[in-house]
Amino acid sequence: MKSLALSIAMAVLAGCTVAIPASAIAASPAAQKVPLPGNSVYQLDVQLTDQAGRTSAWRDRRGKPQLVSMFYTSCQYICPLIIDSGKAVQKQLSDAERARLGITLISMDPARDTPQALAKVATQRKLDPAQWTLASPAPDDVRSVAGVLNIRYRALADGEFNHTSALVLLDGEGRILARTEKMGSKPDPEFVEAVRKALK
Amino acid sequence: MIRVIAAAVLVASPFVGVLAAEGDYLPIPAGRFASALNYEDAPGKQPVAAYSMMRTPVTNADFLAFVKANPKWRRDRVPTVIAEKRYLSHWAGPLELGDTAKPDQPVVQVSWFAADAYCAAEGARLPTWTEWEYAAAADETRRDARSDRIWRERILRWYSRPSNTALPRAGLQPANVYGVQDLHGLVWEWTEDFSSMLMDADNRNQGDPDNARFCGAGALSMNDRDNYAVLMRVAMLSSLSAEATTANLGFRCVKDTP
Repeated sequence: MKSLALSIAMAVLAGCTVAIPASAIAASPAAQKVPLPGNSVYQLDVQLTDQAGRTSAWRDRRGKPQLVSMFYTSCQYICPLIIDSGKAVQKQLSDAERARLGITLISMDPARDTPQALAKVATQRKLDPAQWTLASPAPDDVRSVAGVLNIRYRALADGEFNHTSALVLLDGEGRILARTEKMGSKPDPEFVEAVRKALK
Repeated sequence: MIRVIAAAVLVASPFVGVLAAEGDYLPIPAGRFASALNYEDAPGKQPVAAYSMMRTPVTNADFLAFVKANPKWRRDRVPTVIAEKRYLSHWAGPLELGDTAKPDQPVVQVSWFAADAYCAAEGARLPTWTEWEYAAAADETRRDARSDRIWRERILRWYSRPSNTALPRAGLQPANVYGVQDLHGLVWEWTEDFSSMLMDADNRNQGDPDNARFCGAGALSMNDRDNYAVLMRVAMLSSLSAEATTANLGFRCVKDTP
């Protein structure tokens, strides 16, 4: 198992001048055969539909460290800060490191967050699709995704959501390595350190 | 009519436990309901749509049947990310109840994910907090007994019972006005939206950088400060994560009224 993780890491390293989509790595048959660890969030069997309208299993993101958060596109206040936070972490990384890190923002409002709505935010915020995925789960799966990420939320009467905001760092196997609830353009130094370590 | 049924159930209570093992669902009519929780975004009474609710919490026997049919929920196979290590740890084996888990006792040591999966397998779902609270506001004769101090004290007495003694079996208590049993006094119960309870431990935190934890308005506060029983449930549910299990937390399912 260690050696497999290493060989995936090597493959990513070798390809670091071009961004390799996580799906390409995960598609390698060898990666699929090794069972996921019991503490991997990818144990959760959910499908995500991204900003390009592609639907795939969340666990297909296996193989590459990820920053994950939950958000919704009509959010006025904190959710833009979640994107700022992801960008702020990216800024602390070298080009090579940045190419090895995926960022996945999962919607808590799938009814409104269609691929079009997600793509609009991705374009407006200039989010490189090689690194950023904005995606919606099926409505019945939102509470489960939030459950494995330990994010709390409640739909409000006006269509907004009350929710905790966190960036969660996953290793290539989907295990939670670190989380931060400090949002904004000034990144949490301890969290950035954890990201760097995960990319080594 | 409803009172007559309630009275009949009361009289028949020694036998109700046997009947309740089937996990049957009872209709809960629509209504308007003032939660003990204060939702800033939706003050006043909330509309509650009709649904049906299990008569009793899910029992060990019920849950064993589910695990047998869905082996991925065996305690020796389930990933820790969706059920912590204590999951079903009071059973004698992965498919064996044993002396510490009688078939008709409510199942406990189940995570939210496991409870959610059980209900889904029944074509049902976990109740929302509001649905649970709405049904649990009733006593044997009234849909909303919450203003009755004696009723409240009765619930609190149940809650003060030590949790290290064996749980009674499900279905022993008098049915409420809907025919539903054991909403109080047996086990705590998961709700679908347990993680919607964003209680701020201390509202003096305003202006603190930590208030960015919550997006926008809508943090909860208690509407009814005298209702300690509800406060205890909220405090308990809001402290749990979805993979957590405890020795006195079970669940029951509900179905939408078609």
